[in-house]
Amino acid sequence: MDTSETMPTPPGSKRLIVHRHSIAVRLSHWLNVLCMTILLFSGLQIFNAHPALYWGPYGADNDPSVLSMRAVEGGDTTRGITRIGSLSFDTTGVLGVSDVDGQPTERGFPAWITLPSYQDLATGRRWHFFFAWLFVINGVAYLAYGLISRHFRRDLLPKAAELTPTNLGHEIADHARLRFPKGEKARNYNTLQKLAYLTVIFVALPLMIATGLTMSPGFDAFAPWLIDVFGGRQSARTIHFIAASGLIAFVVIHVAMVLVSGLFNNMRSMITGGYAIDSRPEPAVKKDFAS
Amino acid sequence: MSRLITRRRFLIGSTLTASALGLSGCDAVVESPKVQSVLKIAEGFTMKTQRFLLGDDALAREFSAADISPTFRANGTSMPDGGQYQDLLSRKFTTWQLDVGGLVERPAQFSLPALKAMPARTQITRHDCVEGWSAIGQWSGVPLAALLNQVGLKPQARYIVFHCADEFEKTLDGSGWYYESIDLVDAFHPQTILAYAMNGRDLEVPHGAPLRLRVERQLGYKQAKYLMRIEAVADLSGLYGGNGGFWEDRGYEWYAGI
Repeated sequence: MDTSETMPTPPGSKRLIVHRHSIAVRLSHWLNVLCMTILLFSGLQIFNAHPALYWGPYGADNDPSVLSMRAVEGGDTTRGITRIGSLSFDTTGVLGVSDVDGQPTERGFPAWITLPSYQDLATGRRWHFFFAWLFVINGVAYLAYGLISRHFRRDLLPKAAELTPTNLGHEIADHARLRFPKGEKARNYNTLQKLAYLTVIFVALPLMIATGLTMSPGFDAFAPWLIDVFGGRQSARTIHFIAASGLIAFVVIHVAMVLVSGLFNNMRSMITGGYAIDSRPEPAVKKDFAS
Repeated sequence: MSRLITRRRFLIGSTLTASALGLSGCDAVVESPKVQSVLKIAEGFTMKTQRFLLGDDALAREFSAADISPTFRANGTSMPDGGQYQDLLSRKFTTWQLDVGGLVERPAQFSLPALKAMPARTQITRHDCVEGWSAIGQWSGVPLAALLNQVGLKPQARYIVFHCADEFEKTLDGSGWYYESIDLVDAFHPQTILAYAMNGRDLEVPHGAPLRLRVERQLGYKQAKYLMRIEAVADLSGLYGGNGGFWEDRGYEWYAGI
């Protein structure tokens, strides 16, 4: 992360623009945004073809499900009921039953979050698999770059001192108060960032790909051991759904952090690479986060 | 400063454009034929990759009797309503014959007892519906390879087409009859069988009586039920919608390995 240019700043302060993200990281990041967005929306379209999840090698209508979204007739209205384990929730309007052209319609996820908006499994699959390929190619290229350029070792691998309970405790407390590293410390990812990114890159995303492949009857003939790793095709489908939910949670927190820790500076660093840091000595109390 | 503002404007502008596209243009983009033809590249890629990884003979997982689903969901047609099928059913399929023709050296008909007299294969496999559910069942039948060897394929034969007794979608032009097709790699795969029994009993009507296809490395819609006629062809363009199957003519992938 080298200093590449100096920005005009108010007198008395030293604001540096450092080169934060390499072109490979920026490109793969935005390709990932595109792929994961389409994979999510088309994935929910595919889920809607059979809005229930099971555990084990098989699972269909008459087998016990761990999650289901159904339309239940009650009096003169149709209610959408989402069941997780033994807990049932009335989710009318969003899950189970939602409006299509003003009419309450039986469907798992609502039209505004599926691709295409109307029920069309064949099209949903075509989008899902095309962008799954793009996602995998992008991921492989990124992994190769991360290893060769030492991006993982240099930027993402936490140092031993960062992993002490004291340091982690401090960082969690600072995050909770929305206090982010300033000055020289802002040159590098903080430990929570490193751990979150490592988990996404090396656990969550590979898990999405592996559980997705386990649902393929063709791939299962090539790697039957994968079926056993996940406890069966229907378990793999359920884990695919859980891991996707985890990724959504990550994206929500990630975007929230981008917003509160300086939207413009963060966006610029992921588009042009340039990231402004304040090299003045850290003030005792820092009030503004959106510099 | 001007540079900063330009960039800021660019960022805001591109974000607004992206969200406007996302809100109004989604379904229009989805329906564009150009977009669809690009997306179809992935199917060829998937098939080539799977064929490379699988080779011709890798077997689908076979399960034990304890793994069989208590209820095997019947999907698609559960009772063909055509007069011809009803007549065959009322005679317990004693008058049913499987017609094998097209690009073969010795076209032939096979009765149910004739098929049952041939060497059989029994396998307990998982049936994966394209919708996402799965069921495990035991299938017994004649390996398709044995039947094809008996009639002898002509050199130009590339695909095996399965014509079924169920008209799944009623249309005026008769384009709604169920049919399916596989290539010779899957046709000669050891687990590709013409099944006449399920879970130790004669195949029941909801599951495709008297004979259905099992292609164990592909999805449920390839497992054609109510087989009437098998045809060897050089290409699929001349049949119905030209895509090689009932669901394929309605947008689903011909290679259903994922």
